[in-house]
Amino acid sequence: MSLAATVIAERDAPPARPATQRRRWSWLGLVPFFLFCALFLGVPLAFLAIGSFLDPAGNATLQNYADLSDARILAAFRNSIEISLVTAIVGGLFGFALAGAVILGGLPRFLRSTLMTFSGVASNFAGIPLALAFTFTLGQLGMVTVILKDFGIDIWANGFNLYSKLGLELVYLFFQFPLMVLIMAPAIDGLRPEWREAAENMGATRRQYWRRVALPILTPTLLGSMILLFGNSFGAQATAYQLTGGQIPLVPLVIGNQISGDVLHNAGLGYAIAMGGVGIMAISIIAYSVLQRRAERWMR
Amino acid sequence: MTVGGPAIGPRAPGALESVASSTATTRRPRRRFGSPWAWVVFIIGVTYFIVPLIATFEFSMRKKPAFSAYSDALTNPGFWSSLGYSFIVGVITVVLSIALIVPTAYWVRLRVPRLRPLVELVTLLPFVIPPVVLVFGLIRAYSRPPLPFTYTDIGSTALLVFAYIVLSLPYMYRSIDAGLRAMDIRTLTEAAQSLGAGWFTIIVKIILPNLRVALLSGAFLSLAIVIGEFTVAAYLVRPAFGPFLNLLGGSRSYEAAAVSLISFGLTWLAMIAISIVGRGSRTRITLAGAR
Repeated sequence: MSLAATVIAERDAPPARPATQRRRWSWLGLVPFFLFCALFLGVPLAFLAIGSFLDPAGNATLQNYADLSDARILAAFRNSIEISLVTAIVGGLFGFALAGAVILGGLPRFLRSTLMTFSGVASNFAGIPLALAFTFTLGQLGMVTVILKDFGIDIWANGFNLYSKLGLELVYLFFQFPLMVLIMAPAIDGLRPEWREAAENMGATRRQYWRRVALPILTPTLLGSMILLFGNSFGAQATAYQLTGGQIPLVPLVIGNQISGDVLHNAGLGYAIAMGGVGIMAISIIAYSVLQRRAERWMR
Repeated sequence: MTVGGPAIGPRAPGALESVASSTATTRRPRRRFGSPWAWVVFIIGVTYFIVPLIATFEFSMRKKPAFSAYSDALTNPGFWSSLGYSFIVGVITVVLSIALIVPTAYWVRLRVPRLRPLVELVTLLPFVIPPVVLVFGLIRAYSRPPLPFTYTDIGSTALLVFAYIVLSLPYMYRSIDAGLRAMDIRTLTEAAQSLGAGWFTIIVKIILPNLRVALLSGAFLSLAIVIGEFTVAAYLVRPAFGPFLNLLGGSRSYEAAAVSLISFGLTWLAMIAISIVGRGSRTRITLAGAR
């Protein structure tokens, strides 16, 4: 649309008409975006969704969703949910404590900016290199394992296994709590000094201020961020793949195996698992946005 | 700086700090070295951050002579070819996603605000879809006619780029939209139009330069993520950096340790670039992909 043309059109026509005409066609500007999203987000998702309702012969069925109750698949969902819950809660609480320590604990100022940069790096340092780093730390030949052995503590002989659920949780925490630090820091910053002063003027102790004022304000953000962490680890595939090689069934690993070859011998079941994963992510993101809206009340 | 820039600029955080510190001094005497529990938490956190990095370094040094793990890794032809491949894919991803999202976000703000909730919903969808599910759907949908992307190398690479654009949609859109909010696009657009500019000129010469901070931080973040990404690249069988490191981890541990550290360094560089670019602006990006 050339400018000269529109200018002339506006000059000649009655003022109301070009405006409505413009509005009628202005959605066309969004066509490339929606076309792209339809092709590379909508179509793949629709493919999985429709496939999950088809049996191998191509007839409509709900059997695939019923088959999710198969022991192996159930175990994968249970493991994924358990690991995500543990790392969300532990990572969330520790990330909160760490952000609080740096912002409110009176530590030197430069430590705060260092921590924030480091959190940015660590929350994005995941996948293969992260899993490798932990293998070199706590693996059978890892530095910490070897050092502890020199002190007479053989963690592997005493039941520790890096390639287990506990190991995965330890590794996931490396990107979980820095993310929590990044999310919580602005919220803790948002606690206004006036609120504390008001509480102190009315004779509140430090503990009372935290229990009655600060924590209630921060709770929606805290819970919301933990839900975000849950989703963050639920979708993680590369780290677990590198670390455990698929020994522990997790939802993303089962889906991955299903991509490489139809290991379940039922394509529809694979699609149903994928949809189950999407469903859990959707629930957590919706819960997050609800809590986020509550949290924003105090963020003015 | 650019037209819309200083308005959001350095004032806000600075103002907050000065308020905080002035009240802090009147409220109660500030402890000089901070409270002990803060130090305990901080030291635990830092230890948890640092030890795996030290251990990785220590492991890479077990190969004799010293630093030979690094020189072997750097002379491994697979290292450069995969890193180069991932870098090029990352750059293409960034350029295409800017070309797609900037006009869209601009148009939504200027002309079709009523479609805004729909556009925002679509940009949030990738949060809900784990990368492994996205690549699952893409492979199943596009490894057959009418659009057999995976039949050819170039098609698979295109699919990889599209998948990365999708995965970066949430934070790219939010970052760009926040950048647009900070400037008066209506006035800028009308001013440009009254000087005879067309839509292309407006977007390239007015909007893009004003979005510099948002675009650069989004670009560095995308690059950091795309370069280390494994899941999508591996299932599309692309010669990317993530699958290369996975292979190395299985066969040559010392070099894998060296490359892991290098990859950590690259992520660090990207984050430092973001903090330099974004200094004084309130644009914050936190969540990303590639787990």
